[in-house]
Amino acid sequence: MDRMQDITLQASDDTLYTVLDAIEAHLCKNGCPDAVKTQVLISVEEIYVNIAHYAYGGDKGEATVQMEVTQNPRICRVVFKDRGIPYNPLEKEDPDISLSAGEREIGGLGIFMVKQCMDKITYRYEDGYNILAIEKHLPLPEDIPPSESPGTGDTGLTHNQ
Amino acid sequence: MTIAETRRDGMVQLDVEGRVDTNTSPELQKKILQAFQKGNTVILNLEAVDYISSSGLRALLIGQKTAGSKGGAMKLIHVRDSVRKVFDMTGFSQMLTIE
Repeated sequence: MDRMQDITLQASDDTLYTVLDAIEAHLCKNGCPDAVKTQVLISVEEIYVNIAHYAYGGDKGEATVQMEVTQNPRICRVVFKDRGIPYNPLEKEDPDISLSAGEREIGGLGIFMVKQCMDKITYRYEDGYNILAIEKHLPLPEDIPPSESPGTGDTGLTHNQ
Repeated sequence: MTIAETRRDGMVQLDVEGRVDTNTSPELQKKILQAFQKGNTVILNLEAVDYISSSGLRALLIGQKTAGSKGGAMKLIHVRDSVRKVFDMTGFSQMLTIE
């Protein structure tokens, strides 16, 4: 198992790239193809930003992000912990994605996208912490087509604004 | 993320480059709304965009709603596979005009 050093930050939009850069580096180190990497990063962004915006009810607070990659089976697991208001995002009703633009409300897609991108999501509230874990299977290196090998594509995942 | 704007014949094209995320999508939203003040048709060239999160989708939805209310059009061109997957999973592929 290859575990990333835990990250604990004041959750905010300003610290988002610190988290995404660390996760991306760890995924690259473990041979994650670009397509899977993008799905994991989108999921991490959605959850981290949710904590930053809502967990502490408008106040600021910390979030801890932990990540590990196991080799047999090859699974990437990211865990988010915060001491904010107890909230299970999995209880949120999925949006109706068949609606037209005029019928749709703004927002509400973040957690739904995490559900679509990841293979498994679990939530628990324990010792005053919201603990949300997401998992994604990683293909074996020999199963990755050359065109999707890590680093061969232009992921566009640079943080220039 | 950078956005380059081209105007011609009542049409505004925005060439977007980089990731469209929580920190950059407000700029995209602003540029789209400004574009609709200059023309009725807005073209979004996403050839150089490989990453879009829900905040980027919010900007696109607001753009699409604006197009509808103005009787205009918003078209997306050169959408890459990674962005197309996000559109597919959220129903945006059916909701938006993608060429």
